[in-house]
Amino acid sequence: MRLSRNWLSEFVDIDATSKEYEDKMTMSGSKVEFTEEPGENIKNVVIGKVTELERHPDSDHLWVCRVDIGEEYMLQIVTGAQNLKVGDIVPVAKHHSLLPGGVKITKGKLRGVESEGMLCSLSELGLDKHDFPNAVEDGIFVIDEPCSIGDDIRPLIGADDRIVEFEITNNRPDCLSVIGLARETAATFDAPLKLHKPHVKGAGGDIREHLAVEIKEPELCPRYTCRMIKNIKIAPSPLWMRRRLRAMGVRPINNIVDITNYVMLEYGQPMHAFDYACLDGNKIVVRRAQDGEKMNTLDGTPRTLDSNMLVIADADRAVGVAGVMGGENSEITESTQYAVFESANFNGTSVRRTAMRLNMRTDASSKFEKGLDPENTLDAVERACELVEMLGAGEVIDGIIDVVAKEFVPTKLKLEADKINALLGTDISDDFMVKTLRKLGFAVEGDSVTVPSWRGDVEHYSDIAEEVARFYGYDNIGSTMFKSPINMGGFTPKQEAEREVSRLLRGMGYSEIITYSFIGPGAYDKIRIAVDDPIRKGPVILNPLGEDTSVMRTVSLPSMLEILGRNKSYKNDNVRLFELSRVYRDTGDELPDERIIITLGAYGDGDFFTMKGAVEALLAKMKVENVTFAAKTDASAYHPGRCAEIKAGDKAIGVMGQIHPKVAEAYGLSETYTAEIDFFDMLAHAASDRQYKPLPKYPAITRDIAVVCDNAVTIAELESCIKRAGGELLRDVKLFDIYTGSHIAEGKKSTAFSLTIRSDEQTLTDAEADAVVKDVLAALDKELGAVIR
Amino acid sequence: MREKLEQIKKEALDAVKNVSLEAELDALRVKYLGKKGEITAILKQMGSLSAEERPVIGQLANGVRENIEKAISEKVKVIAEKALEARLESEKIDVTIPGTPINVGHKHPMSIVLDEAKDIFVGMGFSIAEGPEVELTKYDFDMMNIPEGHTVREWQDTFYITEDERVHLRCQTSPVQARVMESQKPPIRIISPGRVYRKDEVDATHSPMFHQIEGLVVDKGITMADLKGTLNAFFEKLYGEGTKTRFRPHHFPFTEPSCEVDVQCFMCGGTGCRTCKGEGWIELLGAGMVHPKVLAVCGIDPDVYSGFAFGMGLERLTMLRFGIDDMRLIFENDVRFLNQF
Repeated sequence: MRLSRNWLSEFVDIDATSKEYEDKMTMSGSKVEFTEEPGENIKNVVIGKVTELERHPDSDHLWVCRVDIGEEYMLQIVTGAQNLKVGDIVPVAKHHSLLPGGVKITKGKLRGVESEGMLCSLSELGLDKHDFPNAVEDGIFVIDEPCSIGDDIRPLIGADDRIVEFEITNNRPDCLSVIGLARETAATFDAPLKLHKPHVKGAGGDIREHLAVEIKEPELCPRYTCRMIKNIKIAPSPLWMRRRLRAMGVRPINNIVDITNYVMLEYGQPMHAFDYACLDGNKIVVRRAQDGEKMNTLDGTPRTLDSNMLVIADADRAVGVAGVMGGENSEITESTQYAVFESANFNGTSVRRTAMRLNMRTDASSKFEKGLDPENTLDAVERACELVEMLGAGEVIDGIIDVVAKEFVPTKLKLEADKINALLGTDISDDFMVKTLRKLGFAVEGDSVTVPSWRGDVEHYSDIAEEVARFYGYDNIGSTMFKSPINMGGFTPKQEAEREVSRLLRGMGYSEIITYSFIGPGAYDKIRIAVDDPIRKGPVILNPLGEDTSVMRTVSLPSMLEILGRNKSYKNDNVRLFELSRVYRDTGDELPDERIIITLGAYGDGDFFTMKGAVEALLAKMKVENVTFAAKTDASAYHPGRCAEIKAGDKAIGVMGQIHPKVAEAYGLSETYTAEIDFFDMLAHAASDRQYKPLPKYPAITRDIAVVCDNAVTIAELESCIKRAGGELLRDVKLFDIYTGSHIAEGKKSTAFSLTIRSDEQTLTDAEADAVVKDVLAALDKELGAVIR
Repeated sequence: MREKLEQIKKEALDAVKNVSLEAELDALRVKYLGKKGEITAILKQMGSLSAEERPVIGQLANGVRENIEKAISEKVKVIAEKALEARLESEKIDVTIPGTPINVGHKHPMSIVLDEAKDIFVGMGFSIAEGPEVELTKYDFDMMNIPEGHTVREWQDTFYITEDERVHLRCQTSPVQARVMESQKPPIRIISPGRVYRKDEVDATHSPMFHQIEGLVVDKGITMADLKGTLNAFFEKLYGEGTKTRFRPHHFPFTEPSCEVDVQCFMCGGTGCRTCKGEGWIELLGAGMVHPKVLAVCGIDPDVYSGFAFGMGLERLTMLRFGIDDMRLIFENDVRFLNQF
């Protein structure tokens, strides 16, 4: 909300610098966003009078003027403008003057003739014809307003103002007006608020002879107030009004339009003017539009309406979209004789939705949508009529039509000072509270508070507390630590585990990423998930920003691959990443199952076993027990021969491997490894704290064995056979070599294991160790056809 | 014989003094002290001495032997010391050669700030509450005093999952507060960090998915002064002791009174700079006293209990903290960016 300080001063006098004003308003709840001074970039420009005018001796289009600027001597100024005559009052930019756009004017010679400044056009002063309708645009601005020679130009053109832009919160539509902000200002600075009661003389007649108003939708239009004007004389509005509109960012048009805008800015009540001649049946009906009803709005756009929208209609057709914009069919024109001034109250949500559906948010709709004061319609229409009389824009027909479809009932609250102080942690006196509320327009009788009609946001003692606190000063409220019985905070085991996983993976060289939770459905195709695979079933966003962010991901892999692909395209080498993120899977319930997946991804140095090592280390450090890996050939995103299911006991808790070449290619990747581990499944298989085991008392004997077996026999099979056969004395088995090639038959491989054999009872003899090895070798031969090399 | 011994002693000590190799020293040991050495040879002639002289010469001979042994053993040490020095000299390396690289992963900058915030609040006795991101409108809107018709509920602002608007992507982490209040009796002291979703196009300061840290304290006798105290303590921990804050009145549907909290710009100290856009203050947080309607609808009697709540954007905290000027960098995950943290 822009506010002209000049306009504000009509309602409240304060003694404060601009900075004090803006700081205090910010701290009382009207936050100042920025300020501007139109006059900042105009300096040393005064009002002058052309006293002599003659041709330049050396030019057929330049003129040499003598200009009186109220000083002892006349200035000589050369100009190329052709619209001047002696006696014209003009803006004079003197030597060393400044004009908008950073233009500096100094003395100089034009074709040999001294020019001691410049006469200015409208545009050179940052103005246009809307500011001064009688001035020309392609010549010097000839001033036809009352003014004095030698005066600074700035007050005349409204450039002596300071404009303050406030952030007005949604609950305070009353502050979207000069009066609303004046009330806040008066309360903030403890200054009297000077309100003006509009007075309309009237020109006889009776509005009821011309017009009837019917409200068919009381919920959508609680109140409709209007007056009529006759003998309209369309003309530019006076300078003071044009200046104020301009300062508030509104372009002056003509007296009638300007009056409606002026009242909207001053009172916060949007107004509309119809051409009475265009209203069929001498009546106004406030009704819902019919589905498919058509109307051209004032901006010339054809609109198709529906029954959710409220319209202002005559007997037959819509003449305006209620609270949004009037219709072209009833627009005020030069030939308008009778006009209707509408000042109505509409339901905010209805106006907002209509404006949104028609894609035409207007000044009026943006005010109405916040819910306006239903009691404001009368004063506003009276003020408009008063201005009509003041400006001589027409004559006001006697009588007011004021249809109240829904009675306004003021809110009454109890002033409970103790409760308010208890909530704020303060010790504010009752007197201060009462005084503050009264300044804001609340009526206080004993402990009964009547909320003013423009403060629909106040409905509870806590709202009263805020009013009191705002003017007591948030800064004056203490800063204390809450006292609360012991209630130990902290991290849950799950939260600790998340942090631990992150620490471990970072320690292993994986960097953390954060990716969007939504993906495009095409991502499932990219990772080769079958069209009918149930894993695709997750929440679908009905109103997404775009196709590629339209479904909540059910798997984390596409996000990881996309980030890896992006890093690859940036030519980043040896990338290792991880993410701990949610996926969202349909369960048949109203809300999906939100699971956390630990996703690892890498390309560059390393291979399958590098990734597997990281997974093994992670699971070991997270104390996951009985971890095994089994070949998995049906994970569509993975290389069928280089993919493993990760199991804890019998439970599959994840999958890892090399990304299928087709998938890798789809993401611009080559050899890429990933792992996906379900965080909660992993935690479910984690051991609690382990108990200490005594250190071995007796030495161990190490024996290495090498056996040759078919290629198809897996290391896991060999290991489990060895462990079983080795019995309890066999404490550890470690693979240390796999060999194929010369000396080994085609289709076979040689594998070498180191066995650690130890007893807790005694030092083993070589013979006892040999016996273990013998059992192991026999079992390998018998069960897997693996023979000693 | 006495002269002879003195002679041997002098010769031997000189010799020891002059050798520089351990092998030479061994040779001297054999020559003077060995079984066939010179002292032994002298001692063998002891038989020719008188009974009075024998102990005297014996003692003398032993003294000479000890002297030589001592000289040799000292020399051994000197030589070993020299040898070690030589070895150390030969083993000298250029310590400015870089170490063997150990690739340690990086924490995402958002996690750095989030963990810090969590630690601060946990230190003040808060717990961390979590809840679903695909959420019931009931918790996010209805129970937060955001009635039907409110603009944030429009389809242009919020992502919906079901046509009847029952399920949507939460646009704040407040539904977690509602769930906690509904299921837990005061005292309540939680923060609820997490992902939230709003229908904003991606640009340098917007993202359709972002992160919030909200907090909630509910108990008997909780005041607005407590809200100020708690947040002041938080910002002093986050930005250093003496950090100044400014509480300004504001409006939120779920709190009353409400405020926005500015922190005095930590870049310029309040004089105005690019970071604070010349204002000297940086807006960081929205807060207020939990609206009595919200308490009541969550099953907490507003006549008995009061509380405060606050919420801030993690992206904003992170960007300010590290001087990141484009939010897209946060979700792009370029390792050249990640490696800086």
